[in-house]
Amino acid sequence: MPAYTLKINGQAHTIDVAADTPLLWALRDHLGLVGTKYGCGMGLCGACTVHLNGVPVRSCQTPVSAVGNTPVTTIEGLDPAGRHPLQKTWCDHDVPQCGYCQSGQIMTAAALLKQTPNPTDADIDAAMAGNLCRCGTYVRIRAAIKDAASLTAQGGAR
Amino acid sequence: MKPKSGQVVAAVHDRLDRDASTDGGHRPPLQQVSRRDFLRVSALSGGGLVIGYLLPGQTFAQAAANLLDDTAKQFTPNPFIKITPENIITILAKNPETGQGVKTSLPMIVAEELDADFNAIVVEQAGLRGDVGPQFAGGSRSTPDNYMRLRIAGATARVMLVEAAAQIWGVSADQLTTEKGRVIHSATGRSATYGELATKAATLPIPDEKTVRLKREGEFRVMGSRVGGVDNPAIVTGKPLFGIDQVLPGMVYAAYEKCPVYGGKVISANTERIKKLPGVLDCFVLEGTENPNGLKPGVAIVATSTWPAFSAKQKLNVEWDESAGAGHGTEAYAAQAAAAARTGGKNVRTDGDVAAAFASAAKTVEAEYHYPFLNHATLEPQGCTAWAKEDGGIEFWTTSQTPGSGQDLVANTLKIPKEKLKLNFVRGGGGFGRRLANDYMAEAAAIALRTGGRPVKLTWTREDDMRHDCYHRPAGYHFLKGAVDAAGRLTAWQNHFVTFGFKNTERPGGGGDLSPDELPARFVPNFRLDQTILSTMIPSGPLRAPRSNGLAFVFQGFIDELAHAAGRDPVAFRLELLGEDRKVAPDGGRQGVPYDTGRMKGVLRLAAEKSGWGAPLPKGEGRGIAFHFSHSGYVAMVAHVAVEQDGTLTVKEFICASDVGPIINFSGAENQVEGSVMDGLGAIWLQEMTFDEGRAVQSNFHDFPLLRINAAPKVAVHFLQSDNPPTGLGEPPYPVVMPAVCNAIFAACGKRIRHWPIIKSDLSWS
Repeated sequence: MPAYTLKINGQAHTIDVAADTPLLWALRDHLGLVGTKYGCGMGLCGACTVHLNGVPVRSCQTPVSAVGNTPVTTIEGLDPAGRHPLQKTWCDHDVPQCGYCQSGQIMTAAALLKQTPNPTDADIDAAMAGNLCRCGTYVRIRAAIKDAASLTAQGGAR
Repeated sequence: MKPKSGQVVAAVHDRLDRDASTDGGHRPPLQQVSRRDFLRVSALSGGGLVIGYLLPGQTFAQAAANLLDDTAKQFTPNPFIKITPENIITILAKNPETGQGVKTSLPMIVAEELDADFNAIVVEQAGLRGDVGPQFAGGSRSTPDNYMRLRIAGATARVMLVEAAAQIWGVSADQLTTEKGRVIHSATGRSATYGELATKAATLPIPDEKTVRLKREGEFRVMGSRVGGVDNPAIVTGKPLFGIDQVLPGMVYAAYEKCPVYGGKVISANTERIKKLPGVLDCFVLEGTENPNGLKPGVAIVATSTWPAFSAKQKLNVEWDESAGAGHGTEAYAAQAAAAARTGGKNVRTDGDVAAAFASAAKTVEAEYHYPFLNHATLEPQGCTAWAKEDGGIEFWTTSQTPGSGQDLVANTLKIPKEKLKLNFVRGGGGFGRRLANDYMAEAAAIALRTGGRPVKLTWTREDDMRHDCYHRPAGYHFLKGAVDAAGRLTAWQNHFVTFGFKNTERPGGGGDLSPDELPARFVPNFRLDQTILSTMIPSGPLRAPRSNGLAFVFQGFIDELAHAAGRDPVAFRLELLGEDRKVAPDGGRQGVPYDTGRMKGVLRLAAEKSGWGAPLPKGEGRGIAFHFSHSGYVAMVAHVAVEQDGTLTVKEFICASDVGPIINFSGAENQVEGSVMDGLGAIWLQEMTFDEGRAVQSNFHDFPLLRINAAPKVAVHFLQSDNPPTGLGEPPYPVVMPAVCNAIFAACGKRIRHWPIIKSDLSWS
């Protein structure tokens, strides 16, 4: 099997996997980064969202062979200390119920805040509509994103 | 948590003894597990293993437990509490956690009576053990079944710690108080942490629990506060936590293909070809059993990681015996139900004389309601990690909601003594009743016996999960006729309920039964219920608020139709139906809890009042109200919707009022109500499972959609905290959502939703 060198959370990792292996399974099974979740395998639920060069993508739809040198950020690497404003406000608002979708939600939200530092409800709904939450934590997701935007604006972090 | 525009959750915690109108938006500050504590928590809670830190075969939890077990000096008065001389206070979370919040709320009950600082404790997830009472997550029972047990456990430990301090200081125990994990002698200003007293307390006799004083209302510091989930820090940083996250040394990965037709069997499979595929270690047929909740026949693929197993599954070529599904499908069932409606059913209950009441009625209404089969669709697909040991036993890392039943299933299926089956509980990515079944445990166990002693992680694909939802929320048909008299009172109710039995026409399948006492039975003088049971081979079973999740849609919808037919206000009509404040007992000596009309009227009035019921709305908007009692909880909701002329539906807001007794964790409780709104709305708006020749037609979220954030309404959550014993909240709000939104749609545009899902109805108006 071919070897692929991936740049994950600032570090290079080389793995031997089939070319069609989704980045999702490379992260989970070969690199021990299990924060990125499997939900549907069809790009429908967003639980597997990671950043490729800062852009949110569905890692279940991204073969390892297509990643190349593009830097990959996962939930584990979103903030070295786990203190991204969204990680803080997600706890402040006690967003998770089962919690399974939340790393994907946070990764999508982080990309949104980079692009739109002060999002409206409509911005949030548009950006987050690809991330399913089976437990229905949407009202708290909206609130946590808004609080994180305020925190960032106040220079609380980042 | 200051209120601001855009903050969509309004939380008001009304108490009966307080002016219910003091809507100050009072929200106690959310308590957080500190980072330092999180490190400790994570060491104990996950049950996962971090390779590199540990000895082979040792889990993170074991290593952490060993660190804490290094001394006999710790104080363990019961299985729920462990206090070390280093003042590490560990509280056991006894039940499985799948998102309902019990890993946080049950330890809160212990911490309350222990008088510990909840922010400074470690919560440890229990596995299956024999000394903590029943360990399951279902029926909204975790709170009511454990409330007193856990209070006594905490209070007993507190009494012993106080006695330890009394003996050390040579003072009387009644001069001592406790606060946030310390015993205090205020007369001398002395105080000691529980840790400092642990060694002494461990030498004292355990008092008779009957003599232990419990706190009184007004003394609570932990219960009734807002506490964030104890796993939140791990969740938001992506730490290993869930069933699918388990990793063990030398682990292999499995996929399992079952017959798309329920009850189907394997005739042959290309296992030899599959074995040669890259990364595949083995491929074999499991004969399975006939138990629809057990080990189903199928083909297992064992591989070096998940993707080779999933890829190989695509190349599987299996010849199935699909004869079990012949003639079974949604369309056939609809035709059978329509035929049953013409021929009539078996009488289940008769009160008064419905025929006479219809003859003398001012108005009668007839309607046919239908709800479809549903899937649980937990976001984490089913799966399980199992490790067959040399002694013939198996260790599991399971997300089961009924781990004890899982142990029984594996023991019976594979003929392994129960005591050789060790179960660790790991967080499940959603339950909703799906994980009450343990089919995935039996599969993982059967595969683990064939992996040469290597642990195996079985992961289902989403398609497996959709097509093999072990059992479905059953569909149902209701053929209704109701009457109101000239005074606008509900005088007669007749229903022919067509439901499903699993391969029989005598007994309804799981979740398909209807109590002869279900409201409006007992509340309408002339009442008749008939029933027909259609035979199906599609297994049905519990999904969040079983039975209620279909019945409330029908009954609260039809009550609304009758209110409108009578020209009455839907709230006033319902209050009149409930009548005087009283407890209505089950009829005919049947089991069941009395229906407390006062509690239901209380939440009905609260929801109406908070919604601004009766205030005018723009054209195309409407409010709908509904109430339902299930799982010991009283819930009413008002939905506010807008329907554009082209039929586009916007659900603007839900106002929810619940009476489940005192609230233990406000944040968790509100989460359950908010989540129920989204879950119920997604179900009624978008979801149905259909079957064709015994096969599930839907396979993933494109054809079985969940609600998305851009359709999510605002939700206001109110509690009427009565003095009744606390009960669970995972289920009671869910059934109320569906009729509330349908009644609001009628108010907005005049279209009555009698067939689920809403998306199949044309809501356009002019």
